[in-house]
Amino acid sequence: MNFDFSDDQKQLRDQARKFLAEKCSPKAVRVVLDGKAPYDKELWKGLAEMGFLGVAIPEEFGGAGAGHLELCVIAEEMGRANAPVPFSSTVYLAAEALLIAGSDAQKKKWLPAIAAGEAIGTLALFEGKGNPSPKNVKLTAANGVLNGVKKPVADGAIADLAVVAARTGSGGRENDISLFLVDLKAGGVEVKSLTNLDPTRGQAELTFKDCKAELLGAAGEGWSILTQVLDRAAVLCAFEQVGGSDRALEMGRDYALDRIAFGRQIGSFQAVKHMLADMYVSATLARSNSYYGAWALSTNAAELPEAAAAARISATQAFQHCAKNNIQVHGGMGFTWEFDCHMYYRRANAMALGLGSLSYWEDQLIDRMRKKNAA
Amino acid sequence: MNFDDTPQEAAFRETARKWVEANAPKELHAELSKSSLGRIRLAKHDIVDVGKAWQMKKFEGNWSCLHWPKEYGGRGATPIERVIWQQEEGVYGKLTQPFQIGEGMCGPTVMAFGSEDAKRRYLPKLASGEEIWCQLFSEPSAGSDVAGLRTRAEKKGDNWVVNGQKIWTSGAHYSDYGLLIARTDPNVPKHKGLTMFFLDMKSPGVEVRPIKQANGMQEFNEVYFTDVVIPDSQRLGAVGEGWSVSLTTLMNERMSIGARLATGVPEMFEFCSNLMLEDGLAIDDPAVRSKLASWAAKSSGLKYTSYRTISALSKGERPGPENSIGKLVSGMMLQDIATYAMDLQGAAGVLTGTDDETVQGQFQQMLLSSPSMRIAGGTDEILRNIIAERVLGLPGDIRVDKDVPCNKIPTKGR
Repeated sequence: MNFDFSDDQKQLRDQARKFLAEKCSPKAVRVVLDGKAPYDKELWKGLAEMGFLGVAIPEEFGGAGAGHLELCVIAEEMGRANAPVPFSSTVYLAAEALLIAGSDAQKKKWLPAIAAGEAIGTLALFEGKGNPSPKNVKLTAANGVLNGVKKPVADGAIADLAVVAARTGSGGRENDISLFLVDLKAGGVEVKSLTNLDPTRGQAELTFKDCKAELLGAAGEGWSILTQVLDRAAVLCAFEQVGGSDRALEMGRDYALDRIAFGRQIGSFQAVKHMLADMYVSATLARSNSYYGAWALSTNAAELPEAAAAARISATQAFQHCAKNNIQVHGGMGFTWEFDCHMYYRRANAMALGLGSLSYWEDQLIDRMRKKNAA
Repeated sequence: MNFDDTPQEAAFRETARKWVEANAPKELHAELSKSSLGRIRLAKHDIVDVGKAWQMKKFEGNWSCLHWPKEYGGRGATPIERVIWQQEEGVYGKLTQPFQIGEGMCGPTVMAFGSEDAKRRYLPKLASGEEIWCQLFSEPSAGSDVAGLRTRAEKKGDNWVVNGQKIWTSGAHYSDYGLLIARTDPNVPKHKGLTMFFLDMKSPGVEVRPIKQANGMQEFNEVYFTDVVIPDSQRLGAVGEGWSVSLTTLMNERMSIGARLATGVPEMFEFCSNLMLEDGLAIDDPAVRSKLASWAAKSSGLKYTSYRTISALSKGERPGPENSIGKLVSGMMLQDIATYAMDLQGAAGVLTGTDDETVQGQFQQMLLSSPSMRIAGGTDEILRNIIAERVLGLPGDIRVDKDVPCNKIPTKGR
């Protein structure tokens, strides 16, 4: 059994960590946090130069043609660094949707641009409150144009390309949904930035008014493609969450060693030690579930739907748990803007919702386990 | 990343599989498969009898204690081969329960500290199951703080005379030998005055009494020592070095990978899939699904954590600390699941009968047994300390009795 990343993949992880430590310090993250830039353009350029944006994109479409295990280790480091760039929207959602369902021409048009850092992509799925469901897709597509409103759309205000879920059938069934590609710079879309929990990753409202769009995948296949995209993104986001969990745990551990109260290191109090031990437990469960998700993703295994849901649940819970208790270990200092704890707390709670909330994925996991048991 | 055996591992697995296929007591397969949550119920057989028969067969086929050196009854197998054997032994591994403490803790301690004569005399018979060993560490006032134990061993000529009491000794009533840690010097701080021995459990003055547990069952014993004589030749390690000897024993316990820890998740999934509530099946209820999904994710997290450990062994690496979370997670989960399963049964959840309505009372049993999962083999709190100190590098506890002679440490809180 070799249920681990290869030495080369671990080396890539170290390389990504080193790169991000240099180019994505907390100070750099704060530029975006404080609203001085919508995202870190320099970092984005650097990620493209390192080949990280196209690591899982085949060489014929301008990528490095490595694979999804390589993307997983980079994702972990993006999460650890709290990187203020549209990585997940572009790479896990838009690029994955293109890879799964794009025509050759669509792939040729967009994937090289994504790999080169020249195009930012996103998925426009949600329309106000609610989790992923064909019933919640009201935006219509007819005669090659879209009409309707999507919100929240992650990184929508800076994106060049959106994969849009639209209703092409008469009802809210799965086969009434189709996916479309929209060039957001070609007109027909009104973009409004929305304030959100985690300013290091923007959210937007996109209003489509007779907006030109081309089908991505077959008509009526949208929901099935979308489900695959969300599963794949769930695994990749889980790695970001694992990276974030580990960083929050380290911050808490380091502070517990440095801070003296009552004449001793606060990390010598069992109340604090046990809180940190529990964070380690959550982070470890999340990491192991995510490895399983990575295996299923990289081999396109039949187990992917179940593995992705378990990884998503485990990693969401771990990051929320670690980010929350990192603040608790820091006490009052953890609640200041100056300390970095809140950046992870914001990111953890924003990420918990992005692909559908925890309860949605819990629901998915049970459905998928039942399906497997019945089979 | 893959789950495949290396060619050598595959060959070893094939050999093991064929041997199990040809030799296992298949007539017990159904009953062993059914017994869940660590409880083995055999209608017509005594677990020790059938266990001994299986152990002897394995010994003769060179499959018992297989990570031990050949000269002491083992096979000289690698850690990964041991894991593969456990996987292939499958449900028959449940028959090894009476021998696990001997194989996992007592044997390795004898191997590390016993004389050559002792190793050749005792280890093969332990491996063959002819002689069963138990471990005599915990005492009524020394559980988590086992170094605070008070059973005395006093030197009289070439012998030691032991007086005191041990508790929570699994299998003491059918054991032939015991690994005993006792206090040989009460005038020095607690960790410094301990010595390790082994003794014949049939020695005069050894009295084994079953403990009636909080769940009504009797699985453990108290062992009383009254002027029990142990020859000095049965001492393991130097006088006063018992604490460091005991660390060898306990480290070997933690090294046992792939321990089959029950989580209660498969039972709960099955239960919720069949339980009819007012508005339909329990598994269709959002609140039930939410809890079930969280437990299922934890359970799969444990599974794949152990796969990571096995992968490290497969590469010949030392496993990381990740495997230390297993009992902490599963113990709490078992208790939570039991509580919730009964909640779903409403007022009838109180009934402990074995009719269909209570699913053979399995969750009620689980509820009553689960506190022990959170205590035995390291309490939840001790496990968290271990993770905090050894994995995260946080400071050890401030020990107020560290430099105090053992006999000056208070014995009562109030």
